[in-house]
Amino acid sequence: MAGLNSELPPLLVTRGLAFGYDEHGMFRDLDLCLRPGTGLVLCGSNGSGKSTLLRLLAGLLLPDSGSIERAIEHTTGEPVALAWHGHHLGLKTGLSVIENLRWSGGMHERRRRMTPASALETVGLDGFEHVPTRELSAGQRKRVALARLLLSPAPLWLLDEPYANLDPRGAQLVDRLIGHHLRNGGSVVLSVHRPDQAAFEGPRQLLDLDALP
Amino acid sequence: MMRAFFALLGRDLKLAMRRRFDLLQPLYFALLVCLLTTLAIGPEPALLGRLAAAVTWIAVLLALLLALDGLFRPDAEDGSLELMLTAPAPLPVLVFAKVLAFWLVVMLPLIVCAPLFASMLHLPGTQWLPLLLTLLLATPCLAWLGAICAALTVQARRGGALLALLLLPLTVPVLIAAIGTVDAALQGLPMRSPLLLLGAGAIAACSIGPFACAVALRLGLR
Amino acid sequence: MKLPLWFHRLGSPPTFYRFAGRLMPWLYVLAAGLTLWGLYGGLVLAPPDYQQSDAFRIIYVHVPAAWMSMAGYGLMAVCAFIALVWRMKLAETMVLTAAPIGAAFTLMTLVTGSIWGRPMWGTWWDWDPRLTSELVLFFLYLGVIALAQAFEDRRAGARAACFLALVGIVNVPIVHFAVKWWNSLHQGSTIRVFSESTIHSSMKWPLLVLAIAAYLYFIASWMARTRVALLEQHAGTDWVQALTQGDRHG
Repeated sequence: MAGLNSELPPLLVTRGLAFGYDEHGMFRDLDLCLRPGTGLVLCGSNGSGKSTLLRLLAGLLLPDSGSIERAIEHTTGEPVALAWHGHHLGLKTGLSVIENLRWSGGMHERRRRMTPASALETVGLDGFEHVPTRELSAGQRKRVALARLLLSPAPLWLLDEPYANLDPRGAQLVDRLIGHHLRNGGSVVLSVHRPDQAAFEGPRQLLDLDALP
Repeated sequence: MMRAFFALLGRDLKLAMRRRFDLLQPLYFALLVCLLTTLAIGPEPALLGRLAAAVTWIAVLLALLLALDGLFRPDAEDGSLELMLTAPAPLPVLVFAKVLAFWLVVMLPLIVCAPLFASMLHLPGTQWLPLLLTLLLATPCLAWLGAICAALTVQARRGGALLALLLLPLTVPVLIAAIGTVDAALQGLPMRSPLLLLGAGAIAACSIGPFACAVALRLGLR
Repeated sequence: MKLPLWFHRLGSPPTFYRFAGRLMPWLYVLAAGLTLWGLYGGLVLAPPDYQQSDAFRIIYVHVPAAWMSMAGYGLMAVCAFIALVWRMKLAETMVLTAAPIGAAFTLMTLVTGSIWGRPMWGTWWDWDPRLTSELVLFFLYLGVIALAQAFEDRRAGARAACFLALVGIVNVPIVHFAVKWWNSLHQGSTIRVFSESTIHSSMKWPLLVLAIAAYLYFIASWMARTRVALLEQHAGTDWVQALTQGDRHG
């Protein structure tokens, strides 16, 4: 399925996944296999279940049936960590930018050789460390959430509509971050409105949720 | 794991300190309950004194109920609950941090101010210590019961009234045990065993509560 | 731990629908028969009480309803446990359909208890420990119903309600003893099924018959409600379509 890295064990596998909102089946018997270094792009019309599938993969929803397995980390024996980026960004407006990065970093561990300051610089928010988050625009907040993603050591990224609310330069930033993450052996599952939105470099699979049986 | 615990605890305490006026909310609400009760039953010291412990307890319970909707709902609305749920740290640990912060921010000020409310209601001097002890020992249990109910209702459409309907019946035993202890002290009976019972309840709540609350949070997801 | 296969079969909606449909009429008939028999025994055959004369006869409604209100919560909690541990959809539905019936029995207990209180204690409501814990039980039932309805997503609501039912079942005995400790005004319990009873056997047997009738009625009504709920949930599926087609033609 995944070209180059097909010899590596998959980071994420689903078997026979089924989920329905109040019995109107959204999908069933969904088998996915995500290998390190690949991106899975979910597309489909509104209400086709892109967000639902991402939430299922993140463990934020319980599937009706089927299983979702993440690869096991050798050092800890736990499933590999995942980084979640949803519609609601999980930023506390009462805290400054750096404080927001600190508490989420404290909860999700932090990548070595990456500091909040350098992450903010990468997303183009250098100098904003001590600005209260409530004073940021929607796009800037999105960038803070992207900086949090950069700080996370999780190999698996689950991004719900990462391109929403961003200007073209912001979209390019997302592409750069995803491309970099894939080159480092990480995996990304992301949802988009149109498949051509996701212009990142690297191997990808496309899953059109409208085309499912 | 402990890093995640302290990160969350520190965040919640910091947020609470940023909005200091909100810290007063449960306090003035409890004081209002005391005021209205006094206006309803009249200023006669003997009658008030007999009811003081009970009124203080009810005031604390209602103040807790009022503050409870703010335990998980803001996190659910801004998405930080999703970050908690997807974090590698075990959810019960994170929930423990949140409830501890809630106890420190909401319950502790209430406990500290309770003797003040009680003395305004002419509580007999002998009942001060028992009242404080029961509040200290019973509030962990109340906080955990409240956290479980708040977790169950966090994804529901409405909070307030529903939360009251879920929580208040569950608090009946705690309330009875606490008031029973204070009454026992008033009648000069030993209050060691009811206090031990409350303590046992607190320990049970702190050990089962985090897991129950974590399950409740995951069950209500949609 | 695995559930036996027949249990899984019964958990499939069409199978349960047919099974319940076949069993229900028998349960209703049996419950009605036992009710008539028990009421005849209680209201006509049993001698008047030497203290309360005929006023005591309300126990033939009050006591079976009280037993059923507690047993109903127990049944609901067992269902909730099955629903959460084995993630069985039918059990979730059955928790939600059991709650209103249990709440109705609890309300009946409260009302008859209050009516009984008039000749007994000279007041419509007395804070007697058993009535008080029954009132708390009523709120526990209401909580389950309200929580399930407060969700937009039916299954999330059902699961939350199941969890609440389990928290409630832990609380029921604690409330019972706490309230008992709080107030011990009520006359002692007079029915002990497994030991020597303090009431006369001609007064007792109708009570047991009526208790069994209440049980059967509870289960029959539970099945009826669950069948309706299943039809509603599975409105679009083939087996429901087939059923409604059958009705239209036959």
